[in-house]
Amino acid sequence: MKQLPASIWTLTVGIVVTLIAFWAGGHNGLFPEQASAQAPLVDNFFNLMFMIAVALFLLVAGTIIFFMIQFRQRPGDEGDGVPLEGDFALEAYWTLIPAVIVIVLGIYSVEVFTEMGGFAPGGGGGNHLFMSHHSHHKMKTQLVSDTDAPDASMTEEFNAEYGFGGTDQADVTVTVTGMQYAWIFNYPEQNVTAGELHIPVDKTVQLNIKAADVIHSFWVPQFRLKQDAIPGHNTELRFTATKVGDYPVVCAELCGGYHGAMRTRVYVHTQTEYDQWLAENQFAQNPDLSGAVAVHAEE
Amino acid sequence: MAQAQLPVSSELPQASGHHPTAWKWYDYFTFNVDHKLIGIQYLVFSFVFYLVGGLMAVVMRTELYTPDADVIDPNLYNALLTNHGTIMIFGWIVPAAIGGFGNFLVPLMIGARDMAFPRLNALAFWMLPPAGLLLVGSFFFGGAQAGWTSYPPLSLITANTAQSMWCLSIILAGTSSILGSVNFVVTMVKMRVPSMAWDQMPLFCWAMMATSVLALLSTPVLAIGLTLLFFDINFGTSFFKPDAGGNVIIYQHLFWFYSHPAVYLMILPIFGIMSEVIPVHARKPIFGYKAIVGSSMVICLIGLFVWVHHMFTSGTPPWMRMFFTVSTLIVAVPTGVKIFSWTATLWGGKIRYTSAMLFAIGLLIMFVVGGLSGVTLGTAPVDIHMHDTYYVVAHFHYVLFGGSVFGLYAGIYHWFPKMTGKMLNEPLGKVHFLLTLIGANITFLPMHVLGTQGMPRRVAMYDPQFTHINQICTIGAFVLAFSVIPFLVNVVWSWGWGEKASGNPWRALTLEWTTASPPIIENWHRLPVLTQGPYDYGFNGHEEAEITSSHF
Amino acid sequence: MTTAPNPSELAIQEETQADDHEHHDFRMFGLLTFLGSESLMFGALFAVFLIFRGEFPQWPPEETEVELILPAINTVILVSSSFVIHYGDAAIKKGNVAGLQKWYWVTALMGAIFLGGQVYEYATLGYGLTTNVFANCFYVMTGFHGLHVFIGILLILGVLWRSRLPGHYTAEKHIGVEMAEIYWHFVDIIWIVLFVLIYILALLN
Ligand code: HEA
Ligand code: HEA
Ligand code: CUA
Ligand SMILES: [Cu+2]
Repeated sequence: MKQLPASIWTLTVGIVVTLIAFWAGGHNGLFPEQASAQAPLVDNFFNLMFMIAVALFLLVAGTIIFFMIQFRQRPGDEGDGVPLEGDFALEAYWTLIPAVIVIVLGIYSVEVFTEMGGFAPGGGGGNHLFMSHHSHHKMKTQLVSDTDAPDASMTEEFNAEYGFGGTDQADVTVTVTGMQYAWIFNYPEQNVTAGELHIPVDKTVQLNIKAADVIHSFWVPQFRLKQDAIPGHNTELRFTATKVGDYPVVCAELCGGYHGAMRTRVYVHTQTEYDQWLAENQFAQNPDLSGAVAVHAEE
Repeated sequence: MAQAQLPVSSELPQASGHHPTAWKWYDYFTFNVDHKLIGIQYLVFSFVFYLVGGLMAVVMRTELYTPDADVIDPNLYNALLTNHGTIMIFGWIVPAAIGGFGNFLVPLMIGARDMAFPRLNALAFWMLPPAGLLLVGSFFFGGAQAGWTSYPPLSLITANTAQSMWCLSIILAGTSSILGSVNFVVTMVKMRVPSMAWDQMPLFCWAMMATSVLALLSTPVLAIGLTLLFFDINFGTSFFKPDAGGNVIIYQHLFWFYSHPAVYLMILPIFGIMSEVIPVHARKPIFGYKAIVGSSMVICLIGLFVWVHHMFTSGTPPWMRMFFTVSTLIVAVPTGVKIFSWTATLWGGKIRYTSAMLFAIGLLIMFVVGGLSGVTLGTAPVDIHMHDTYYVVAHFHYVLFGGSVFGLYAGIYHWFPKMTGKMLNEPLGKVHFLLTLIGANITFLPMHVLGTQGMPRRVAMYDPQFTHINQICTIGAFVLAFSVIPFLVNVVWSWGWGEKASGNPWRALTLEWTTASPPIIENWHRLPVLTQGPYDYGFNGHEEAEITSSHF
Repeated sequence: MTTAPNPSELAIQEETQADDHEHHDFRMFGLLTFLGSESLMFGALFAVFLIFRGEFPQWPPEETEVELILPAINTVILVSSSFVIHYGDAAIKKGNVAGLQKWYWVTALMGAIFLGGQVYEYATLGYGLTTNVFANCFYVMTGFHGLHVFIGILLILGVLWRSRLPGHYTAEKHIGVEMAEIYWHFVDIIWIVLFVLIYILALLN
């Protein structure tokens, strides 16, 4: 049999690796369903990196295995290999190509981060980067009153120092408090408090996140979003749920023995269902306010 | 503190002359100043801790076989995971790679008779047993339960006594590591044999140089962080108590300012081992000596500016997340240079598949997987989803187990003859390699999926949807536990009754192979003179046999 | 190489030679490396202090103000002691052991006065370690520095103790003297930064 020229081999290998990488980038099935506007952004970015990673892995591992076979010691050969100490062009290539890849990835991640609303915590674009609203002075009392008895302090402006989320103005605002080992969701405008999160679909939701005792982390895998709840710092998360259904809310930061059991659910409703849920609970939790229900439900 | 150690006199230590000709077994339990003996002390000590930490992991994996917390109490689970992480890092990889191989090899490789400050060296080692005792002892007080990261406020309100012991233990280990690093830097700068130019220093030594500089720059910050934590727990201060004005985020910065560089502390010496093992067993000069040296330094430098990638979901301003995304990604470039250089070293070689070489090649492949998953984590948008999930656990076991542990095994197979004068059994070594490779992949590969699908880390109970994948991981962990047996049998049997090793069984060119196996007490009767570079394989007229015969 | 003398003899010869010439800068280099690392410990404390300073509306908070006179006097004493200790070093470079002893005694004394002043300040400030975050920082930082001063005094006393032996320190051989001096300068520089951070910045608030 005649020996195939090296260039054909290289070409074939290149095509195969590219095909596998492309396929893996699109069909890895690693993620759960996408239920927020942010999720596809994250997934697409990850899939791109996964594709690059698969290609790089196949190339590196393939080369190693090929060399292992090709350059194994033959029986009886006690000599040394080729005394080659380097090759400038080759080294320049494998420094520059990865450098280009990581620069592209860096730019792309700033892009994705911006698109996800990462630069807009604190009420839609306010510059809170260097501002410090350290709330320790009334931390303790505030936390207790927030969770036990929502009152006037709730309507006070919530200054999130750090956060993440969509750039749109929020349609629904919920105060989230993490405590060992539960999440408390409070709807300040309606004076409703619940153990699960209920939100309308396709509306911008703003979560104002606090912690009552230790650090927790609010995570909805289907939304691809996570934000720590940090005692002493207010954080926020803004997003738009895009699929009706219910999804797990997971605490992702070690918070004690039952950290693993700190789970609840988020219910994404249609607007009507959501209004209905809100009205029922508003009525049940504030019997004296029954008159106001209709007004709010209308909004 | 350490200052008391500084010698105030200029009296010369009178070392030579009154030595015994070889150390006895009981010398290994004493305050001995010989760097080789100290190196072996570090290695054996840390391997015992590896078994302890591994046992903890096996118990954890057993618990995770089912979704409910039915095997052990969740608080005990947290204590186990905290101490598993702590022991593996501060009790196994760091002391074995830096203390063990660093001490044994650096003076031998640069043609010195000992480290620059032998007594300081012994002192640094003897800080570790008390540190280890503190950690193990903390279990009698419930064990520290806040994870190896010990974020306040959780670490301030759980198991106070045990947490305090944990702090002290790490501060001790850290001090030991600072003293050790001072010693390495001075030794390499001042004590190379006169004939050795900087660009003839073996790459392992360069790796130790980068490691030491990194340790010197980052460890003090951890010491302060843990001291403040200790004060908060015991002396009523409130640095990290939010309800009294403290700030929990500051702790995270202090912690990661050390602990991110710490991951490079754990991989750079291993990279050094790779650069020694691969050329010898491939019979090739190392490809790109200068690039490898340079990349160590670049990793060391950039490694100091990426720590916030562990805090993408903490209170971190957006510009910071972006800055640290980019800096984190950049580390992939120098690391890639190393990976590619080793791969190119294989090209045109005559590769001997010794156990050492198998572990080195296994490392190459496993580490690339871990490194690439690290790159995905390095980008803030993706990390927002992945942070604190099993995807992270998968990432760091690939780099730590598939990287550091494989590298330590490669090093042990390579230098065991030098350390003990006995050859390890090769067939047993290959069984060990296969079991480890298979076990590691069964255990850690599926964890990626757990993470992306939604399983957080550090949980004793989890959503039943993850049961099957967890069971695969647990089975893998049992395979890993089993894989230690051929290794232990091999080491014990070979050390006692193994085939005798010659001075240079692999026909290698670095200086440690120019003396006897095990080396005599002051390493050489007459210091060797360099006649060639450390990796000049295949060049005519530079046969390794020459230096072995003329200098020993 | 075949006719070399008894190898072990040669080894010993080589080693003592190496020691004479090299051991000196070994130690100095080791000390400097160590101090470089050590300064990052203080660096971390300074960073913590500055972060808190940026966060609090008033820093130092009310009722935990610092006083200025005593620390200023203390600063003058410590800074001048750095010059004093240098006289000691200059003396031994001329082989003057008595001069060395004199100046090192004075330095140790000044260090002790500094520590005394610090203790007095602690006793009269009216607030303790746990009062608030500022007090936490204040006591931890000055205490940690004080510990270093204390160790510095011990080193100086060590030099003085050894200097009793005739010929122990000479114009050529006095590395221990120099190391104690370098360490003392280090402690001094750290204090200047500390003083600026804690006391001077408080004035600017
Ligand atoms: C040996 C230890 C080690 C090493 C070497 C690394 C290496 C890297 N790590 Fe990892 N890491 C850990 C140990 C380590 N890590 C540990 C223990 C944790 C968890 C801590 C905890 O929370 O408990 C962690 C966590 C961790 C996180 C935080 C995750 C989270 O909690 O959310 C991140 C995020 O950026 C990260 C990134 C990286 C990157 C980018 C590298 C890079 O250095 C990798 C570079 C290597 C490669 C990229 C592969 C080879 C290169 C090529 C083949 C060239 C071409 C490549 C490209 C062009 C991409 N690591
Ligand atoms: C170098 C570091 C290193 C190494 C080698 C390992 C090795 C292993 N680790 Fe690792 N692990 C960490 C570092 C490491 N780990 C860190 C830093 C964390 C994070 C901790 C935290 O979150 O705070 C972690 C967390 C961690 C978790 C996540 C826990 C959680 O988040 O809930 C899990 C779960 O599976 C795990 C499993 C394992 C397994 C199965 C091994 C196996 O490789 C172990 C194999 C077992 C052995 C090799 C020993 C077997 C020996 C015997 C059974 C005999 C014993 C006999 C005597 C003692 C006499 N580890
Ligand atoms: Cu709350 Cu974990
Ligand atoms: Cu890191």
